[in-house]
Amino acid sequence: MAPGLEEYLILSALLFSIGLFGAITKRSAVVILICIEIMLVAVNIALVAFSRFITPVELTGQAFAVFVIVVAAAEVAVGLAIILTLYRQRHTIDTKKVDLLKW
Amino acid sequence: MGLQIAFWVLALIAVGSSAGVILQKNLFRAALLLVVCFLASAGIFVTLSADFLAAVQVIINVGAVAILIIMSIMLTREVTRGSPSNRLGAPAFVISALIVFILVFSILTTAWPISGAEPAQPTTSVLAQILIGDPGFILIIQMSAILLLSTIIGAIVLMKEK
Repeated sequence: MAPGLEEYLILSALLFSIGLFGAITKRSAVVILICIEIMLVAVNIALVAFSRFITPVELTGQAFAVFVIVVAAAEVAVGLAIILTLYRQRHTIDTKKVDLLKW
Repeated sequence: MGLQIAFWVLALIAVGSSAGVILQKNLFRAALLLVVCFLASAGIFVTLSADFLAAVQVIINVGAVAILIIMSIMLTREVTRGSPSNRLGAPAFVISALIVFILVFSILTTAWPISGAEPAQPTTSVLAQILIGDPGFILIIQMSAILLLSTIIGAIVLMKEK
């Protein structure tokens, strides 16, 4: 009995909530980015699982996963550039101490 | 049978390594565990017969994204401070557990329209058809080219010495 759609979706849900927990609780900006990457991987697993089990010939889900990977790469590049600029100006990337936009 | 063993082993590795990212105090080891998570997800793509996406995952996420993250950890010297948490631990855990519960409940109670067809093998020609074929995503491909260009310009402008 090969694993079905439900197993893959439950794995994806687990990975997503682990990433969400980290993104909420961590204080270092780099770790928050890492957790967002884990959430994107979870979404990709769900998309590819849908593509495999529901549209195995058309592969629509895999096309979406390609775009998710593109946007994730762009997001990481800009996010890390912002973090490095922040570190250069304030010498910290602790989100507790970076409160420029907090009112 | 082999597929089942591969799935469960890879799922255990993926969940374990992503939990390790959260629990690990050392930032550098957390980034290396992220690489393990990416590799496990590439393996899961292989078990879903998505060969092209598995290769793309290894090349882009393991080859580029993880290297960028490790470089930025080295450049910011955050390794000495570890990976501290804020005080939102309990509410975040409750929210995450609630989300996982709702998702698993809805996954198990939905009647999925499973297709019994054999998966397309290899996937590259089908993906090319759907991405740049006639009723395809050609507009979104061009938009992502613009997105990547603006990303490059944005990153260069942000990192330029003032």
